[in-house]
Amino acid sequence: MSIDTETARRVAKLARIRVEEQDLPALAQEFNTILGFIEQLNEVDIEGVEPMTSVTPMRLKRREDRVTDGHMQDKILSNAPDAREGFFAVPKVVE
Amino acid sequence: MMAGLNTLTIAEAREKLRSGETTSVALTEACLEAIGAAGALNAFVHDTPQIALEQASAADARLKTGDAPSMCGIPLGIKDLFCTKGVPSQAASAILNGFRPEYESTVTQNLFDAGAVMLGKLNMDEFAMGSSNETSTYGNVVNPWRRGNDDTALTPGGSSGGSASAVAADLCLAATGTDTGGSIRQPAAFTGITGIKPTYGRCSRWGIVAFASSLDQAGPMTKTVRDAAIMLGTMCSHDPKDSTSTDLPVPDFEAALTGDVRGKKIGIPKEYRMEGMPAEIEKLWADGTAMMKDAGAEIVDISLPHTKYALPAYYVIAPAEASSNLARYDGVRYGHRAKLAQGDGITEMYEKTRAEGFGHEVQRRIMIGTYVLSAGFYDAYYNRARRVRALIKRDFDDVFEQGIDAVLTPATPSAAFGLGEMTDADPVQMYLNDVFTVTVNLAGLPGISVPAGLDKSGLPLGLQLIGRPWEEGALLNHAYVLEQAAGFVSKPGKWW
Repeated sequence: MSIDTETARRVAKLARIRVEEQDLPALAQEFNTILGFIEQLNEVDIEGVEPMTSVTPMRLKRREDRVTDGHMQDKILSNAPDAREGFFAVPKVVE
Repeated sequence: MMAGLNTLTIAEAREKLRSGETTSVALTEACLEAIGAAGALNAFVHDTPQIALEQASAADARLKTGDAPSMCGIPLGIKDLFCTKGVPSQAASAILNGFRPEYESTVTQNLFDAGAVMLGKLNMDEFAMGSSNETSTYGNVVNPWRRGNDDTALTPGGSSGGSASAVAADLCLAATGTDTGGSIRQPAAFTGITGIKPTYGRCSRWGIVAFASSLDQAGPMTKTVRDAAIMLGTMCSHDPKDSTSTDLPVPDFEAALTGDVRGKKIGIPKEYRMEGMPAEIEKLWADGTAMMKDAGAEIVDISLPHTKYALPAYYVIAPAEASSNLARYDGVRYGHRAKLAQGDGITEMYEKTRAEGFGHEVQRRIMIGTYVLSAGFYDAYYNRARRVRALIKRDFDDVFEQGIDAVLTPATPSAAFGLGEMTDADPVQMYLNDVFTVTVNLAGLPGISVPAGLDKSGLPLGLQLIGRPWEEGALLNHAYVLEQAAGFVSKPGKWW
Protein backbone atom coordinates (compact mmCIF):
# COMPACT_ATOMS: atom_id res chain seq x y z
CA MET A 1 0.00 0.00 0.00
CA SER A 2 1.35 3.40 -0.92
CA ILE A 3 0.36 6.74 0.53
CA ASP A 4 0.07 9.61 -1.93
CA THR A 5 0.06 13.34 -1.29
CA GLU A 6 -3.72 13.41 -1.22
CA THR A 7 -3.87 10.77 1.53
CA ALA A 8 -1.20 12.63 3.52
CA ARG A 9 -3.31 15.80 3.24
CA ARG A 10 -6.39 13.93 4.44
CA VAL A 11 -4.56 12.37 7.41
CA ALA A 12 -3.14 15.75 8.46
CA LYS A 13 -6.65 17.19 8.29
CA LEU A 14 -8.06 14.33 10.39
CA ALA A 15 -5.28 14.85 12.94
CA ARG A 16 -5.96 18.61 12.99
CA ILE A 17 -2.35 19.45 12.24
CA ARG A 18 -1.63 22.09 9.61
CA VAL A 19 0.91 20.83 7.09
CA GLU A 20 2.06 23.21 4.38
CA GLU A 21 1.36 22.10 0.83
CA GLN A 22 5.04 21.87 -0.07
CA ASP A 23 5.72 19.54 2.90
CA LEU A 24 3.10 16.95 1.95
CA PRO A 25 5.18 14.86 -0.51
CA ALA A 26 7.98 14.37 2.05
CA LEU A 27 5.42 13.49 4.71
CA ALA A 28 3.82 10.92 2.41
CA GLN A 29 7.27 9.43 1.85
CA GLU A 30 7.87 9.11 5.61
CA PHE A 31 4.50 7.44 6.06
CA ASN A 32 5.40 4.96 3.34
CA THR A 33 8.68 4.09 5.05
CA ILE A 34 6.96 3.47 8.37
CA LEU A 35 4.00 1.62 6.88
CA GLY A 36 6.39 -0.49 4.82
CA PHE A 37 7.99 -1.55 8.11
CA ILE A 38 4.58 -2.27 9.62
CA GLU A 39 3.58 -4.40 6.61
CA GLN A 40 5.69 -7.23 8.12
CA LEU A 41 2.73 -7.94 10.37
CA ASN A 42 0.97 -9.47 7.37
CA GLU A 43 3.36 -12.45 7.62
CA VAL A 44 1.94 -13.48 10.99
CA ASP A 45 -0.73 -16.15 11.21
CA ILE A 46 -3.33 -14.54 13.49
CA GLU A 47 -6.13 -16.99 12.76
CA GLY A 48 -8.23 -17.52 15.86
CA VAL A 49 -6.27 -14.99 17.98
CA GLU A 50 -8.32 -12.37 19.79
CA PRO A 51 -7.04 -8.78 19.73
CA MET A 52 -5.52 -7.94 23.10
CA THR A 53 -7.65 -5.60 25.18
CA SER A 54 -5.82 -5.79 28.49
CA VAL A 55 -2.25 -6.90 29.03
CA THR A 56 -2.95 -8.10 32.56
CA PRO A 57 -5.87 -10.43 33.12
CA MET A 58 -7.89 -8.10 35.30
CA ARG A 59 -11.24 -6.43 35.05
CA LEU A 60 -11.22 -2.68 35.05
CA LYS A 61 -12.39 -1.41 38.39
CA ARG A 62 -15.51 0.65 38.56
CA ARG A 63 -16.08 3.25 41.19
CA GLU A 64 -19.29 4.39 42.66
CA ASP A 65 -21.00 6.95 40.45
CA ARG A 66 -21.06 9.93 42.75
CA VAL A 67 -19.60 13.39 42.90
CA THR A 68 -16.32 13.38 44.84
CA ASP A 69 -15.04 16.86 44.20
CA GLY A 70 -15.84 20.09 42.43
CA HIS A 71 -16.15 23.84 43.06
CA MET A 72 -12.72 24.58 41.65
CA GLN A 73 -13.46 26.74 38.64
CA ASP A 74 -10.37 28.87 39.24
CA LYS A 75 -8.09 25.84 39.23
CA ILE A 76 -9.71 24.39 36.12
CA LEU A 77 -9.26 27.67 34.25
CA SER A 78 -5.87 28.60 35.67
CA ASN A 79 -3.91 27.19 32.71
CA ALA A 80 -6.28 28.30 29.93
CA PRO A 81 -4.73 30.43 27.17
CA ASP A 82 -7.94 32.48 27.12
CA ALA A 83 -10.48 32.33 29.94
CA ARG A 84 -13.23 34.89 30.39
CA GLU A 85 -16.03 35.21 32.93
CA GLY A 86 -15.50 31.67 34.16
CA PHE A 87 -15.41 30.10 30.70
CA PHE A 88 -12.83 28.80 28.24
CA ALA A 89 -12.90 31.28 25.35
CA VAL A 90 -12.52 30.13 21.73
CA PRO A 91 -13.08 31.75 18.33
CA LYS A 92 -16.68 32.06 17.25
CA VAL A 93 -18.08 28.60 16.46
CA VAL A 94 -21.64 29.47 15.43
CA GLU A 95 -22.37 32.20 12.90
CA MET B 1 39.45 14.87 48.17
CA MET B 2 36.40 13.14 49.54
CA ALA B 3 33.71 12.43 46.97
CA GLY B 4 30.74 14.74 47.33
CA LEU B 5 27.49 13.78 49.02
CA ASN B 6 25.82 13.88 45.61
CA THR B 7 27.77 10.76 44.60
CA LEU B 8 26.12 8.60 47.28
CA THR B 9 23.67 5.83 46.53
CA ILE B 10 20.24 5.89 48.16
CA ALA B 11 21.25 3.06 50.47
CA GLU B 12 24.44 4.85 51.56
CA ALA B 13 22.61 8.12 52.09
CA ARG B 14 19.89 6.38 54.10
CA GLU B 15 22.58 5.05 56.41
CA LYS B 16 24.26 8.44 56.86
CA LEU B 17 20.94 10.21 57.37
CA ARG B 18 19.76 7.76 60.00
CA SER B 19 23.05 7.81 61.85
CA GLY B 20 23.07 11.60 61.79
CA GLU B 21 26.37 11.69 59.91
CA THR B 22 24.77 14.00 57.35
CA THR B 23 21.50 15.80 56.74
CA SER B 24 19.07 15.95 53.88
CA VAL B 25 19.77 19.67 53.58
CA ALA B 26 23.48 18.95 53.13
CA LEU B 27 22.73 16.24 50.54
CA THR B 28 20.33 18.53 48.73
CA GLU B 29 22.80 21.42 48.68
CA ALA B 30 25.50 19.14 47.26
CA CYS B 31 23.14 18.08 44.47
CA LEU B 32 22.02 21.64 43.75
CA GLU B 33 25.65 22.66 43.44
CA ALA B 34 26.35 19.76 41.05
CA ILE B 35 23.30 20.72 38.98
CA GLY B 36 24.45 24.33 38.82
CA ALA B 37 27.79 23.23 37.39
CA ALA B 38 26.30 20.80 34.85
CA GLY B 39 24.51 23.12 32.46
CA ALA B 40 26.44 21.53 29.58
CA LEU B 41 24.51 18.28 30.08
CA ASN B 42 21.13 20.03 29.77
CA ALA B 43 19.60 17.37 32.01
CA PHE B 44 17.70 19.57 34.49
CA VAL B 45 15.34 21.97 32.73
CA HIS B 46 13.28 23.40 35.61
CA ASP B 47 15.18 23.71 38.89
CA THR B 48 13.16 23.83 42.10
CA PRO B 49 15.76 24.66 44.77
CA GLN B 50 13.27 26.33 47.08
CA ILE B 51 10.93 23.33 47.13
CA ALA B 52 13.95 21.06 47.52
CA LEU B 53 15.32 22.85 50.56
CA GLU B 54 11.89 23.04 52.22
CA GLN B 55 11.34 19.32 51.65
CA ALA B 56 14.87 18.59 52.91
CA SER B 57 14.31 20.52 56.13
CA ALA B 58 11.04 18.68 56.69
CA ALA B 59 12.82 15.39 56.02
CA ASP B 60 15.53 16.23 58.54
CA ALA B 61 12.88 16.92 61.17
CA ARG B 62 11.23 13.61 60.39
CA LEU B 63 14.54 11.76 60.52
CA LYS B 64 15.12 13.16 64.02
CA THR B 65 11.94 11.44 65.21
CA GLY B 66 13.59 8.12 64.26
CA ASP B 67 10.59 7.10 62.20
CA ALA B 68 11.58 7.86 58.63
CA PRO B 69 11.03 5.64 55.58
CA SER B 70 13.92 4.67 53.30
CA MET B 71 13.35 7.48 50.79
CA CYS B 72 13.16 10.17 53.48
CA GLY B 73 15.55 13.01 52.70
CA ILE B 74 16.75 11.54 49.37
CA PRO B 75 17.18 14.22 46.64
CA LEU B 76 15.69 13.14 43.31
CA GLY B 77 15.25 14.41 39.78
CA ILE B 78 11.75 14.11 38.32
CA LYS B 79 11.14 13.47 34.63
CA ASP B 80 9.19 16.32 33.04
CA LEU B 81 6.43 13.84 32.11
CA PHE B 82 5.25 13.76 35.74
CA CYS B 83 2.77 16.44 36.74
CA THR B 84 4.10 18.23 39.80
CA LYS B 85 1.83 20.71 41.49
CA GLY B 86 2.62 24.32 40.71
CA VAL B 87 5.85 23.39 38.91
CA PRO B 88 6.23 23.47 35.10
CA SER B 89 5.36 20.05 33.69
CA GLN B 90 5.38 20.08 29.95
CA ALA B 91 6.52 16.68 28.67
CA ALA B 92 9.36 18.56 26.91
CA SER B 93 6.80 19.94 24.47
CA ALA B 94 6.22 23.51 23.35
CA ILE B 95 2.50 22.77 23.30
CA LEU B 96 2.55 22.68 27.12
CA ASN B 97 4.53 25.91 27.47
CA GLY B 98 3.64 27.55 30.74
CA PHE B 99 1.57 24.64 32.05
CA ARG B 100 1.62 24.37 35.83
CA PRO B 101 -0.54 21.50 37.08
CA GLU B 102 -2.97 22.09 39.91
CA TYR B 103 -2.36 18.52 41.06
CA GLU B 104 0.41 16.04 41.83
CA SER B 105 0.98 12.71 40.06
CA THR B 106 0.41 9.69 42.29
CA VAL B 107 4.00 8.46 41.87
CA THR B 108 5.57 11.78 42.90
CA GLN B 109 3.04 12.11 45.73
CA ASN B 110 4.07 8.66 47.00
CA LEU B 111 7.72 9.73 46.89
CA PHE B 112 7.03 13.02 48.67
CA ASP B 113 4.86 11.30 51.28
CA ALA B 114 7.90 9.14 52.03
CA GLY B 115 10.00 12.27 52.50
CA ALA B 116 11.84 12.38 49.16
CA VAL B 117 13.15 15.70 47.88
CA MET B 118 12.53 17.11 44.38
CA LEU B 119 15.53 18.96 42.93
CA GLY B 120 13.81 19.84 39.67
CA LYS B 121 12.37 18.54 36.42
CA LEU B 122 14.38 16.52 33.93
CA ASN B 123 14.69 16.78 30.18
CA MET B 124 13.30 14.02 27.95
CA ASP B 125 12.13 13.36 24.41
CA GLU B 126 8.96 15.28 23.58
CA PHE B 127 5.98 13.31 24.94
CA ALA B 128 8.46 10.46 25.55
CA MET B 129 8.64 9.84 21.81
CA GLY B 130 12.26 9.20 20.92
CA SER B 131 15.30 7.10 21.69
CA SER B 132 18.01 9.76 21.73
CA ASN B 133 16.59 12.77 23.58
CA GLU B 134 16.82 14.83 20.41
CA THR B 135 13.10 15.67 20.11
CA SER B 136 12.86 17.87 23.23
CA THR B 137 11.72 21.48 23.11
CA TYR B 138 14.49 22.15 25.65
CA GLY B 139 17.18 20.88 23.28
CA ASN B 140 19.33 17.74 23.41
CA VAL B 141 20.56 16.13 26.60
CA VAL B 142 24.25 15.23 26.53
CA ASN B 143 25.56 11.94 27.90
CA PRO B 144 28.26 12.46 30.58
CA TRP B 145 30.12 9.52 29.02
CA ARG B 146 32.52 10.09 26.13
CA ARG B 147 34.45 7.80 23.82
CA GLY B 148 37.82 8.00 25.53
CA ASN B 149 39.40 11.36 24.77
CA ASP B 150 37.08 12.00 21.81
CA ASP B 151 34.88 14.97 22.73
CA THR B 152 31.99 14.04 20.40
CA ALA B 153 28.72 14.71 22.26
CA LEU B 154 26.85 11.44 22.71
CA THR B 155 23.18 10.76 23.30
CA PRO B 156 22.14 9.58 26.76
CA GLY B 157 19.36 7.61 25.03
CA GLY B 158 15.70 8.33 25.37
CA SER B 159 13.13 9.09 26.21
CA SER B 160 14.27 9.35 29.87
CA GLY B 161 17.57 10.89 28.73
CA GLY B 162 17.64 13.71 31.27
CA SER B 163 17.03 11.21 34.09
CA ALA B 164 19.82 8.93 32.84
CA SER B 165 22.33 11.74 32.35
CA ALA B 166 21.54 13.29 35.75
CA VAL B 167 21.96 10.03 37.67
CA ALA B 168 25.13 9.01 35.78
CA ALA B 169 26.66 12.45 36.41
CA ASP B 170 25.73 12.39 40.13
CA LEU B 171 23.47 15.44 39.88
CA CYS B 172 20.93 13.59 42.00
CA LEU B 173 20.87 10.31 43.91
CA ALA B 174 18.22 8.84 41.63
CA ALA B 175 15.49 9.89 39.22
CA THR B 176 12.05 8.91 38.03
CA GLY B 177 11.65 7.63 34.49
CA THR B 178 8.87 6.25 32.34
CA ASP B 179 9.01 3.44 29.83
CA THR B 180 6.64 2.87 26.90
CA GLY B 181 8.97 0.91 24.59
CA GLY B 182 12.31 1.01 26.41
CA SER B 183 12.51 4.60 27.65
CA ILE B 184 13.93 3.65 31.06
CA ARG B 185 16.06 0.65 30.09
CA GLN B 186 17.74 1.97 26.92
CA PRO B 187 18.98 5.26 28.48
CA ALA B 188 20.04 3.37 31.62
CA ALA B 189 22.16 1.09 29.42
CA PHE B 190 23.65 4.06 27.53
CA THR B 191 24.75 5.78 30.75
CA GLY B 192 25.91 2.88 32.93
CA ILE B 193 23.08 3.01 35.46
CA THR B 194 20.23 0.72 36.54
CA GLY B 195 16.64 1.18 35.37
CA ILE B 196 13.58 -0.97 35.98
CA LYS B 197 10.20 -0.91 34.31
CA PRO B 198 7.79 -2.75 36.60
CA THR B 199 4.84 -4.91 35.56
CA TYR B 200 2.10 -2.93 33.83
CA GLY B 201 -0.23 -1.78 36.61
CA ARG B 202 2.37 -1.63 39.43
CA CYS B 203 2.78 2.14 39.30
CA SER B 204 -0.19 4.41 38.95
CA ARG B 205 -0.24 6.33 35.68
CA TRP B 206 -2.37 9.08 37.22
CA GLY B 207 -0.81 12.48 36.65
CA ILE B 208 1.80 11.18 34.21
CA VAL B 209 1.33 12.80 30.80
CA ALA B 210 -0.05 9.96 28.66
CA PHE B 211 1.73 8.67 25.56
CA ALA B 212 0.43 5.11 24.94
CA SER B 213 -1.74 4.19 27.89
CA SER B 214 -1.63 0.40 27.47
CA LEU B 215 2.20 0.46 27.48
CA ASP B 216 3.27 3.36 29.74
CA GLN B 217 4.80 2.53 33.13
CA ALA B 218 6.89 4.59 35.53
CA GLY B 219 10.01 3.26 37.22
CA PRO B 220 13.18 4.33 39.05
CA MET B 221 16.56 5.09 37.46
CA THR B 222 19.28 4.55 40.02
CA LYS B 223 22.98 3.93 40.64
CA THR B 224 22.50 0.38 41.93
CA VAL B 225 20.03 -2.49 41.91
CA ARG B 226 19.47 -2.07 45.66
CA ASP B 227 18.52 1.56 45.10
CA ALA B 228 16.09 0.47 42.37
CA ALA B 229 14.47 -1.94 44.84
CA ILE B 230 14.17 0.76 47.51
CA MET B 231 12.77 3.45 45.24
CA LEU B 232 10.42 1.18 43.29
CA GLY B 233 8.78 0.09 46.53
CA THR B 234 7.91 3.70 47.28
CA MET B 235 6.69 4.51 43.76
CA CYS B 236 4.26 1.58 43.53
CA SER B 237 0.77 1.65 44.98
CA HIS B 238 -2.78 0.73 44.21
CA ASP B 239 -4.51 3.88 43.04
CA PRO B 240 -8.26 4.19 42.57
CA LYS B 241 -7.54 7.08 40.19
CA ASP B 242 -5.95 4.69 37.64
CA SER B 243 -8.34 1.90 36.71
CA THR B 244 -5.45 -0.23 35.41
CA SER B 245 -3.50 0.08 38.67
CA THR B 246 -3.32 -3.29 40.36
CA ASP B 247 -4.82 -4.02 43.75
CA LEU B 248 -1.98 -6.26 44.91
CA PRO B 249 0.16 -5.62 48.00
CA VAL B 250 3.56 -4.08 47.26
CA PRO B 251 6.18 -6.47 48.63
CA ASP B 252 9.45 -5.41 50.27
CA PHE B 253 11.58 -5.53 47.12
CA GLU B 254 14.80 -4.84 48.99
CA ALA B 255 14.24 -7.88 51.20
CA ALA B 256 14.16 -9.99 48.03
CA LEU B 257 17.85 -9.21 47.36
CA THR B 258 19.29 -12.41 48.81
CA GLY B 259 21.97 -12.86 46.16
CA ASP B 260 20.92 -16.48 45.81
CA VAL B 261 19.76 -17.67 42.37
CA ARG B 262 20.83 -21.30 42.70
CA GLY B 263 18.55 -23.57 40.72
CA LYS B 264 16.77 -20.68 39.00
CA LYS B 265 16.21 -21.10 35.28
CA ILE B 266 17.49 -18.32 33.03
CA GLY B 267 16.13 -18.35 29.49
CA ILE B 268 18.31 -17.24 26.57
CA PRO B 269 16.02 -16.45 23.63
CA LYS B 270 17.53 -17.33 20.28
CA GLU B 271 15.47 -14.70 18.45
CA TYR B 272 17.39 -11.90 20.20
CA ARG B 273 20.54 -12.89 18.34
CA MET B 274 20.00 -10.23 15.69
CA GLU B 275 21.70 -10.15 12.35
CA GLY B 276 24.50 -7.59 12.32
CA MET B 277 24.66 -7.41 16.11
CA PRO B 278 28.06 -6.01 17.16
CA ALA B 279 30.49 -8.63 18.45
CA GLU B 280 30.85 -6.66 21.68
CA ILE B 281 27.15 -7.02 22.43
CA GLU B 282 27.34 -10.76 21.66
CA LYS B 283 30.26 -11.08 24.05
CA LEU B 284 28.58 -9.08 26.79
CA TRP B 285 25.55 -11.32 26.53
CA ALA B 286 27.69 -14.48 26.67
CA ASP B 287 29.61 -13.09 29.66
CA GLY B 288 26.35 -12.30 31.45
CA THR B 289 25.08 -15.79 30.76
CA ALA B 290 28.27 -17.25 32.22
CA MET B 291 27.94 -15.06 35.32
CA MET B 292 24.43 -16.31 35.99
CA LYS B 293 25.61 -19.89 35.47
CA ASP B 294 28.53 -19.41 37.85
CA ALA B 295 26.06 -18.12 40.43
CA GLY B 296 24.29 -21.46 40.25
CA ALA B 297 21.46 -20.68 37.85
CA GLU B 298 20.53 -23.11 35.12
CA ILE B 299 20.83 -21.73 31.58
CA VAL B 300 18.08 -22.78 29.18
CA ASP B 301 17.85 -22.01 25.47
CA ILE B 302 14.37 -20.75 24.72
CA SER B 303 12.38 -19.47 21.78
CA LEU B 304 10.15 -16.40 21.64
CA PRO B 305 9.03 -16.87 18.04
CA HIS B 306 7.15 -13.60 17.49
CA THR B 307 9.98 -11.31 18.65
CA LYS B 308 10.57 -10.00 15.14
CA TYR B 309 7.06 -8.60 14.99
CA ALA B 310 7.22 -6.68 18.25
CA LEU B 311 8.57 -3.42 16.79
CA PRO B 312 6.11 -3.26 13.87
CA ALA B 313 3.23 -4.06 16.25
CA TYR B 314 4.48 -1.37 18.61
CA TYR B 315 4.62 1.19 15.80
CA VAL B 316 0.92 0.62 15.18
CA ILE B 317 -0.32 0.42 18.76
CA ALA B 318 1.75 3.22 20.32
CA PRO B 319 0.98 5.85 17.64
CA ALA B 320 -2.69 4.82 17.64
CA GLU B 321 -2.95 5.40 21.37
CA ALA B 322 -0.87 8.56 21.12
CA SER B 323 -3.12 10.04 18.44
CA SER B 324 -6.07 9.59 20.81
CA ASN B 325 -4.26 10.76 23.94
CA LEU B 326 -2.75 13.83 22.31
CA ALA B 327 -6.08 14.96 20.87
CA ARG B 328 -6.49 16.86 24.14
CA TYR B 329 -3.85 19.43 23.13
CA ASP B 330 -6.16 21.77 21.29
CA GLY B 331 -5.20 25.20 22.57
CA VAL B 332 -8.31 25.53 24.71
CA ARG B 333 -7.66 24.31 28.24
CA TYR B 334 -3.93 24.59 28.76
CA GLY B 335 -0.65 25.29 27.08
CA HIS B 336 0.05 26.98 23.79
CA ARG B 337 -2.53 28.58 21.50
CA ALA B 338 -1.47 29.85 18.07
CA LYS B 339 -2.02 33.47 17.13
CA LEU B 340 -4.94 33.54 14.77
CA ALA B 341 -5.45 35.53 11.59
CA GLN B 342 -8.51 37.60 10.81
CA GLY B 343 -11.41 35.26 10.06
CA ASP B 344 -9.78 32.12 11.49
CA GLY B 345 -12.28 29.80 13.13
CA ILE B 346 -11.92 27.04 15.67
CA THR B 347 -10.60 24.51 13.14
CA GLU B 348 -7.78 26.86 12.14
CA MET B 349 -7.07 27.37 15.84
CA TYR B 350 -6.68 23.61 16.37
CA GLU B 351 -4.60 23.10 13.24
CA LYS B 352 -2.25 26.02 13.76
CA THR B 353 -1.86 25.35 17.49
CA ARG B 354 -0.95 21.72 16.94
CA ALA B 355 1.38 22.49 14.03
CA GLU B 356 3.25 25.06 16.13
CA GLY B 357 3.17 23.20 19.44
CA PHE B 358 4.11 19.66 18.43
CA GLY B 359 7.58 18.81 17.14
CA HIS B 360 8.19 16.84 13.99
CA GLU B 361 8.42 13.34 15.49
CA VAL B 362 5.29 13.85 17.60
CA GLN B 363 3.35 15.11 14.59
CA ARG B 364 4.51 12.13 12.57
CA ARG B 365 3.40 9.65 15.22
CA ILE B 366 0.03 11.32 15.72
CA MET B 367 -0.60 11.15 11.99
CA ILE B 368 0.52 7.51 11.68
CA GLY B 369 -1.85 6.74 14.56
CA THR B 370 -4.63 8.67 12.89
CA TYR B 371 -4.06 6.71 9.69
CA VAL B 372 -4.04 3.23 11.27
CA LEU B 373 -7.22 4.04 13.18
CA SER B 374 -9.04 5.58 10.20
CA ALA B 375 -12.05 3.92 8.62
CA GLY B 376 -11.01 1.11 6.31
CA PHE B 377 -7.60 0.54 7.93
CA TYR B 378 -8.59 -0.16 11.52
CA ASP B 379 -8.79 -3.92 11.01
CA ALA B 380 -5.82 -4.20 8.67
CA TYR B 381 -3.47 -2.31 10.99
CA TYR B 382 -4.76 -1.71 14.49
CA ASN B 383 -6.65 -4.93 15.09
CA ARG B 384 -3.96 -7.00 13.42
CA ALA B 385 -1.31 -5.40 15.64
CA ARG B 386 -3.37 -6.14 18.75
CA ARG B 387 -3.65 -9.78 17.70
CA VAL B 388 0.10 -9.99 17.11
CA ARG B 389 0.56 -8.41 20.54
CA ALA B 390 -1.48 -11.24 22.05
CA LEU B 391 0.91 -13.70 20.38
CA ILE B 392 3.97 -11.89 21.72
CA LYS B 393 2.57 -12.12 25.22
CA ARG B 394 1.73 -15.79 24.65
CA ASP B 395 5.39 -16.47 23.76
CA PHE B 396 6.39 -15.25 27.22
CA ASP B 397 3.51 -17.05 28.95
CA ASP B 398 4.74 -20.27 27.35
CA VAL B 399 8.35 -19.97 28.53
CA PHE B 400 7.27 -18.99 32.04
CA GLU B 401 5.00 -22.02 32.06
CA GLN B 402 8.04 -24.16 31.17
CA GLY B 403 9.54 -22.97 34.44
CA ILE B 404 11.77 -20.15 33.23
CA ASP B 405 12.36 -17.64 36.05
CA ALA B 406 13.92 -14.82 34.05
CA VAL B 407 15.00 -14.08 30.50
CA LEU B 408 18.44 -12.58 29.82
CA THR B 409 19.03 -10.39 26.74
CA PRO B 410 21.16 -7.43 25.72
CA ALA B 411 19.51 -4.12 26.65
CA THR B 412 20.39 -2.30 23.44
CA PRO B 413 21.82 -3.21 20.03
CA SER B 414 24.75 -0.77 20.46
CA ALA B 415 26.45 1.61 22.88
CA ALA B 416 25.46 5.30 22.94
CA PHE B 417 25.78 6.96 19.54
CA GLY B 418 26.63 10.55 18.68
CA LEU B 419 23.99 13.27 18.88
CA GLY B 420 22.95 14.08 15.32
CA GLU B 421 24.36 10.82 13.94
CA MET B 422 20.89 9.49 13.17
CA THR B 423 19.47 12.74 11.80
CA ASP B 424 19.61 11.60 8.19
CA ALA B 425 18.53 8.04 8.88
CA ASP B 426 14.91 7.12 8.20
CA PRO B 427 12.71 6.98 11.31
CA VAL B 428 12.70 3.18 11.34
CA GLN B 429 16.49 3.13 11.98
CA MET B 430 15.93 5.09 15.19
CA TYR B 431 13.06 2.80 16.19
CA LEU B 432 15.43 -0.21 16.05
CA ASN B 433 17.05 1.03 19.27
CA ASP B 434 14.11 -0.46 21.14
CA VAL B 435 14.29 -3.88 19.49
CA PHE B 436 15.23 -5.71 22.73
CA THR B 437 13.07 -3.70 25.12
CA VAL B 438 9.75 -3.22 23.32
CA THR B 439 8.57 -6.83 23.69
CA VAL B 440 8.48 -6.32 27.45
CA ASN B 441 6.02 -3.41 27.20
CA LEU B 442 3.81 -5.28 24.75
CA ALA B 443 3.67 -8.24 27.15
CA GLY B 444 3.24 -6.01 30.23
CA LEU B 445 6.21 -7.63 31.99
CA PRO B 446 8.83 -6.24 34.38
CA GLY B 447 12.23 -5.61 32.80
CA ILE B 448 15.47 -4.24 34.20
CA SER B 449 18.66 -2.95 32.61
CA VAL B 450 21.90 -3.52 34.52
CA PRO B 451 25.30 -2.07 33.52
CA ALA B 452 27.53 -5.00 32.73
CA GLY B 453 30.62 -3.79 30.88
CA LEU B 454 32.37 -1.25 28.69
CA ASP B 455 32.85 -1.33 24.95
CA LYS B 456 36.25 -0.79 23.28
CA SER B 457 35.83 2.99 23.31
CA GLY B 458 35.02 2.96 27.01
CA LEU B 459 31.24 3.35 26.82
CA PRO B 460 28.92 1.43 29.13
CA LEU B 461 26.82 -1.49 27.90
CA GLY B 462 23.81 -2.99 29.64
CA LEU B 463 22.11 -6.34 29.93
CA GLN B 464 18.38 -6.77 30.33
CA LEU B 465 16.58 -9.25 32.55
CA ILE B 466 12.88 -9.87 32.01
CA GLY B 467 10.81 -11.30 34.85
CA ARG B 468 7.48 -12.94 35.49
CA PRO B 469 4.53 -10.61 35.96
CA TRP B 470 4.30 -9.13 39.50
CA GLU B 471 7.59 -10.76 40.50
CA GLU B 472 9.75 -7.66 40.53
CA GLY B 473 11.37 -8.87 43.76
CA ALA B 474 12.71 -12.03 42.13
CA LEU B 475 13.71 -10.05 39.04
CA LEU B 476 15.62 -7.53 41.14
CA ASN B 477 17.40 -10.38 42.89
CA HIS B 478 18.52 -11.81 39.55
CA ALA B 479 19.71 -8.34 38.59
CA TYR B 480 21.51 -8.01 41.92
CA VAL B 481 23.44 -11.22 41.25
CA LEU B 482 24.35 -9.99 37.76
CA GLU B 483 25.43 -6.63 39.18
CA GLN B 484 27.66 -8.25 41.81
CA ALA B 485 29.23 -10.58 39.26
CA ALA B 486 29.78 -7.90 36.61
CA GLY B 487 31.29 -5.58 39.20
CA PHE B 488 30.61 -2.50 37.07
CA VAL B 489 32.04 0.47 38.98
CA SER B 490 33.15 2.79 36.17
CA LYS B 491 32.05 6.41 36.20
CA PRO B 492 32.23 8.96 33.41
CA GLY B 493 35.25 11.26 33.65
CA LYS B 494 34.07 14.75 34.59
CA TRP B 495 34.44 17.17 31.64
CA TRP B 496 31.37 19.38 32.15
